[in-house]
Amino acid sequence: MALALSEDQQLLRDSARDFCQDNAPISVMRRLRDEKSELGYDAKVWQQMIELGWPGIAIAEKYGGFEFGFTGLGLILEETGRTLANSPLIASVLLSASLLSEAGDEKQKSELLPQIASGRLRLTVGVDEEPLHNPTRIACTAIREGSDYILSGTKSFVLDGHIADKLIIVARTSGKSQSESGISLFLLEANTQGLQIRRTIMVDGRNAANLVLKQVRVPEEAMLGREGSGFKPLDAALDIARIGVASEMLGSLQEVFQRIVGYLKQREQFGVQIGAFQALQHRAAEMYSEIELCKSAVLGALQCLDDPSATAKHRANMASLAKAKLSEVFERVSNEGIQMHGGIGMTDEFDIGFFLKRARVAQQFLGDASFHRDRYATLNDF
Amino acid sequence: MLALEQFRGSTRSWLEENCPPSMRTPMVPEEIVWGGRNAVFTNPESKVWLARMADQGWTCPTWPAEYGGGGLTNDEAKILAEELERINARVALTSFGISMLGPVLLEYGTHEQKMEHIPKIIRGEIRWCQGYSEPGSGSDLASLGTKAVLEGEEYVVNGSKVWTSYADKADWIFCLVRTDFEVAKHSGISFLLFDMMSEGVSAQPIQLISGSSPFCETFFDSVRVPAANLIGGLNEGWSIAKRLLQHERTMISGFGLASGQGDRGGTTSITASLEGAAMHYRGDKGRLSDSALRDQIAKFKIDSESFALTLQRSIEEGKQGEPNATSSMLKYYGCELNKRRYELFLKAMGSQGLGWEGGEFETEELQVTREWLRSKANSIEGGTAEVQLNIMAKRVLGLPDMLSLASKR
Repeated sequence: MALALSEDQQLLRDSARDFCQDNAPISVMRRLRDEKSELGYDAKVWQQMIELGWPGIAIAEKYGGFEFGFTGLGLILEETGRTLANSPLIASVLLSASLLSEAGDEKQKSELLPQIASGRLRLTVGVDEEPLHNPTRIACTAIREGSDYILSGTKSFVLDGHIADKLIIVARTSGKSQSESGISLFLLEANTQGLQIRRTIMVDGRNAANLVLKQVRVPEEAMLGREGSGFKPLDAALDIARIGVASEMLGSLQEVFQRIVGYLKQREQFGVQIGAFQALQHRAAEMYSEIELCKSAVLGALQCLDDPSATAKHRANMASLAKAKLSEVFERVSNEGIQMHGGIGMTDEFDIGFFLKRARVAQQFLGDASFHRDRYATLNDF
Repeated sequence: MLALEQFRGSTRSWLEENCPPSMRTPMVPEEIVWGGRNAVFTNPESKVWLARMADQGWTCPTWPAEYGGGGLTNDEAKILAEELERINARVALTSFGISMLGPVLLEYGTHEQKMEHIPKIIRGEIRWCQGYSEPGSGSDLASLGTKAVLEGEEYVVNGSKVWTSYADKADWIFCLVRTDFEVAKHSGISFLLFDMMSEGVSAQPIQLISGSSPFCETFFDSVRVPAANLIGGLNEGWSIAKRLLQHERTMISGFGLASGQGDRGGTTSITASLEGAAMHYRGDKGRLSDSALRDQIAKFKIDSESFALTLQRSIEEGKQGEPNATSSMLKYYGCELNKRRYELFLKAMGSQGLGWEGGEFETEELQVTREWLRSKANSIEGGTAEVQLNIMAKRVLGLPDMLSLASKR
């Protein structure tokens, strides 16, 4: 596969860019923050995204999607990243629909995927239980009782957890924490008895939730996939989501860089544009180089997701590569965004700070650079 | 598509028949073929391999068939490269004629000049060297002072060059000379070709920190060069010089590549990969025990793999073979990566990576020491890292140039 976009993909990206610039600029994000929006996203913008077919872009045609591939979804996320436009695309579409596709049976998929594709259903996944991502550290238990399971435990940093209609909970039916086997997946209604959802208001203005599961009873039909074999599909879906988030980060960090370069040409001190100073020029050129690598890493990873001959290990490798690289570079570029703007970069009135805040949350989400470098080393046998 | 698949088929069977067995084993430094009048073939099969590849024009696959090139389209050339890689075929000919001079000759040379030089480059009959840097003109290359004065039908060249790679082994030189001292420095430079056997040319190898002497100091004492050997117009050499530098950067940026072939390019030894070396010298099995080094190696490999994808992307986005605006970025990043690679090798190998000579070290360990020292030149040759960053800042990002701002004040 050529490491370049097809004409259709370019058209999709251009129309996504226009849409985000026109309908979901950063001012929308600022307003949501100022209004302390409960949703964390703009319902009208989300409705327009649904009309554009975005939730179904990567979902198979037989489940009501467009089957346009993950590269298509990634390009859309890249554009939403440029304007920091939040929506259920990440939790519901990128993460949950992928997990349903990987783990669900035919009945579950044909019931739920069309609802996600049409934007009627908002879904999320509860994986982590501690402040750092680690999908094998699952202590939440699911104990069989007759034809039911009883779930007990906690979940943290569940993206959109407070507004999701349904949640997929990662729980342990056997085995010890850190073990890949014994992990099972359960689909719960948000209003299930015993499930407590506490909204967490994050620094990036988006919302997540902490969950407490107290003796939550679910029927065995709520299980996705086979008992104890949930890790493989979970990790596969997480890899898709990691690559999608890397794509979103790519959009955001390019926007920051564009603003930096614009400011270097505009701001004058000592009688010249500050962009004439070599100290700043070299830092800008180094960032440019790193960003070129980021573009290649993300495109390579997205294409790997769309390549039917790619193995799970290859996908995992590319997911960790992309998430590690983008996390590292976004940190650097978002910091330079503040520093190179000087005093004005520290003001709330100026948008650049929003990117710094989003950067750190995106870095942590589904594993930071150090998690993914460790995983990459393990995948490469060292 | 069908035609391309047919091309793949015929290429595969041709290679199967014509690539000698030892040419399918990893290259060893002593057997690299540089060609030239005094070409050395340590391995006789490399002579056969070169002759067969040159007959096909495949030492320069996309160059016009008219001049002996392969005449392949970019898609065909890609297939040829894939098929060569598939059987681990060695590069048949390594030459500055191919990587630097040829592309600009094809772009700027006259038909006669191309007819004279291109076929010999393709066949490896003439070995070229590069006369660019001078003792007083490094990063500020355009300040060069080697002068060429026209006397009748000949230029008389006087001056000296430095860091002339393999000048002591080369047959011909492509040389930047000053032909006008009265105008701005960039406007008085010409691009001249001449035979290193000419009277008045001498070359003296320079010993480097790695102990080897790939570079020379080269002196010109009233060397007489036919005026027909001028490439492009008189005093128009600077744009050719810059174009050639782009090709040189593209070549050097390849040094940073490590993806898929181990970190030093395809050998199976203990120093074939960083992580392999690090685990070997610590007696580790399965997992590298030094977690800080493990993180650094993972970071290096991620960068290296991302860089390989970037090279691929830049080829596909631009026209293949033509350097694009990102050649400075690729040169800069590729060289920094290669230096990082060797610093990590030293950390991986401990004191076994620091031997200079003698029987207490394996040959490949000693090679690492020398290659580590050699790698320091990567961010100096072909334009320093700092020069590349300047170019990116101005040409790619469009940031203002302090020097021209200062001169206007």
